[in-house]
Amino acid sequence: MKVRFGFWRIVLGLILASGLFATIVRFTRGLGASTNLSDQFPWGIWIGFDILCGVGLAAGGFTLTAAVHIFRIERFKSVVRPAVLTAFLGYLLVVFALFFDLGKPWNIWHPLVMWNPHSVMFEVAWCVMLYTMVLGLEFSPMLWEKLGWTKVLRAVKQITPVVVIMGVILSTLHQSSLGSLFLITPGKLHPLWYSPWLPVFFFLSSIAVGCSMVIFESFLSRRAFKHEIDLPVLVDLGRVALVALVLYAELRFLDLQSRDALQFIGFGTEEGRLFILEIALGIAAPVLMLAIPRIRKNPGGLFTASTLIVLGFVLNRLNVGITGLQASSGVRYFPSWMELAVTISLVGAGFAIFGLAVRHLPVFAEEVHSARASRPLATSTVVGDVPCQRVRWVWPGNSPVASASGSSSPSVGSDSFISASKGRI
Amino acid sequence: MPYAMLIDVTRCVGCGQCRDACQTQNEQPFSDAEQFSQDQFNYVKAVQVEDGERYVRRQCMHCEEPACASVCPVGALQKTAEGPVVYSADKCMGCRYCMVACPFSVPTYQWDKRAPQVRKCSFCAGRLVKGEQPACAAACPAEATVFGDRDELLAEAHRRIQEQPDLYVPTVYGEHEAGGTSMLYLSDVPFEQLGLPVGIPEESLPGLTFKVLSKIPSISMMWGTALAGTWWVIHRRMTLAADGSTPPAPQSEPESTTSAGRES
Repeated sequence: MKVRFGFWRIVLGLILASGLFATIVRFTRGLGASTNLSDQFPWGIWIGFDILCGVGLAAGGFTLTAAVHIFRIERFKSVVRPAVLTAFLGYLLVVFALFFDLGKPWNIWHPLVMWNPHSVMFEVAWCVMLYTMVLGLEFSPMLWEKLGWTKVLRAVKQITPVVVIMGVILSTLHQSSLGSLFLITPGKLHPLWYSPWLPVFFFLSSIAVGCSMVIFESFLSRRAFKHEIDLPVLVDLGRVALVALVLYAELRFLDLQSRDALQFIGFGTEEGRLFILEIALGIAAPVLMLAIPRIRKNPGGLFTASTLIVLGFVLNRLNVGITGLQASSGVRYFPSWMELAVTISLVGAGFAIFGLAVRHLPVFAEEVHSARASRPLATSTVVGDVPCQRVRWVWPGNSPVASASGSSSPSVGSDSFISASKGRI
Repeated sequence: MPYAMLIDVTRCVGCGQCRDACQTQNEQPFSDAEQFSQDQFNYVKAVQVEDGERYVRRQCMHCEEPACASVCPVGALQKTAEGPVVYSADKCMGCRYCMVACPFSVPTYQWDKRAPQVRKCSFCAGRLVKGEQPACAAACPAEATVFGDRDELLAEAHRRIQEQPDLYVPTVYGEHEAGGTSMLYLSDVPFEQLGLPVGIPEESLPGLTFKVLSKIPSISMMWGTALAGTWWVIHRRMTLAADGSTPPAPQSEPESTTSAGRES
C-alpha cells in the first residue's frame, strides 16, 4: 500500500515538474519555442484536447443538475455532487489552459468590453466565464457545508433552481458553440467531420460523455476511496448515454449520407482510419454493450462501455480539431513534448484536486449528511466518513487486511443506512 | 466605393518588384521566400505549367465579407469601407481563430515573440487614406497588378476575357470566392495550377456561422422557459404530494423522529 501511494505521488510529481518546465519555456520564450504550432497549423492539442475535451468531459455537470434539480429525479442525487465537482474543476482547468494557448493571455478580459457578436469565439468566451461562475455556485454548498455556514448554504439552496436553469442554458450554448467554431472552415476541415450539424453533434455527444464520465469516475473513486457506488443509478445513467449516443450516431450517419461523404470512410487514408476508429471505439462498441442488459447491468461491462465512450469522445474532438485540418494545411502536426507535458500536468492536477476535494469536502456524502440532520442514527453514520479517509488509496485486492480492519464496523453502519434510504425512495 | 486590385497572371513577368516594394513599405528584411511569414505579406511564386512558367503573386485577399474579421472575438480585425481588412494589435488576445478561419490561410503569427501579433498584408490602408495606391501596385512595371475601384476592375476583367476568350480562363478568381474578395485574378491556366485555393464556397463564410449564432437568443429563451416550466410543474406536484393529506409514509416518518430526538 505504501509503495503504491509513493509511486503515484512520484509519477504526479514528475509530470508536474515537466509541466512547470514547459510553462517557464512557454512564458519566457513564446509559443514557437514551446509548441509545434505553425502558421499552417495554428491550433494544436491545447485547443483540441484541453479546451474541446475539457469542456465536453465537464458535461456531466449540467446533465445531472438538470436531472436532479429540474426533473427532480431524486435517485440521481448521489452522483450530482461528483459531477458538479468534475465540471467545476474541468472549467477551471480550461480557463487555466487558455492562459497557455492565448498568445497574449493578459488580454483575456477583452471580450468583456470589446464585443463582436458575430464571433463564435466571443460566445465561447462569455459562456466559459458565466458558466464557470455558475459552476462555482453549484459547487459552493460542499464548501459551506464543510465550513458549517448554514445561512449561506440555505441562501444558495434557495436560488439553486435558477442557477441550474442558467447553467443548463449556458452549457447548451457552450457545448454546441465549440462545434460551431468549425462551421466557418468548410474548405479546410475534412468532409468526414465538417458538417453544418456540428453544433448539434457536439451537444449530443457531450450528453453521452457527461453521463459516461460520471460512471467512469464513480468506479475510479470507488477503487481509490472505497466509496459505495449506487450501481442501479449508474446503470440508469448508462441508459441515458445509450439514448444520446444512438441519436448522435443516427444523425451523423444521415449527415454523412446527405453530404455524399460516406465515400471517404476507408482504411486508405489517415482520416478514414481515424474516423473508423472513432466510430468503432466510441459509438459502435459502447452502444452494443449498453444495449445488452446483461452487460449494462454488470459493473465491469458498464465501466468498460463508459470508458470507451470517453475515449471515443476524445478521439472525435481531436479529429475535428487536429486530424481533419491536417490535409488542407499541408503540414503534419504532432504536439511537442512540452505541449504534452502541460496537458498531462493539467489532467494530473485535475485528478489530484479531485482527490483532495473528495477527502476534505462532502462530495460523495450527500446521503450521509442529510441523514445526519434527519435521523437519530446520525452519530454512527458520521463515523462512516472515517474509513474513507483512513484507507484512501487502497486499491481493491491490494491490501485486504488493512481495508477490512479499517472499515469493518462503521461501514456496516453506512451500508445499512444506504439500503435504508433506498428503501425510502 | 471599395477599392480592389486586378492581378493578371498573363502579364506578370515575375520581377518581384511588388514583393520588394511591400517589404520596403512594411520595413521588413528582404526575402524572396515563396510563402507567407510574419515578415513577408506578399510573395511571388513561379509555377511550372505545360507551356512554361507562370508567376503568381499572393497577398491577403481582403474579402468582401472576411471570415477572419467575423470570427475575431474582440473585433481586432475590421473590414474598412475602402476595402482593406486591418488589424489592431492592441485588441488582439491571440486566440488565432482568424488563422484557422481564413479560407486562403493568409494570416501569420509571431511565434517567437513574447507578445505576438497576427501579421498580414494591410492593403496599404495608410497609403489609401492619403490617396495613394498600394506600394505593390505602384511598383508593378507590367501593369500585371492594377489598383482601382472594385466594380470598375471587375468590368475590366470581364472585358479582357471577352476580348481574348482563347487566352483567358473564363472566370475571375475572387469575384465570388468566399463571397467575393478585393483581389481579383485573371489567368490563362486553371487557377488550381497556380496554387490558388480552389473549392472555396461562393457563399459568405460568416453567414455559415451567423445562421447558427442568430438563433441563440430565441433558443435560449425557449429553452429557459421550457426548463423553468418543467421545474415549476414538477416542484409543485412534489410540494402538493408532500403537503397532502396522505403524504408518503417513509418521508414524514424520519422527520418526526428527528424532532422527537432533538426535544429529548
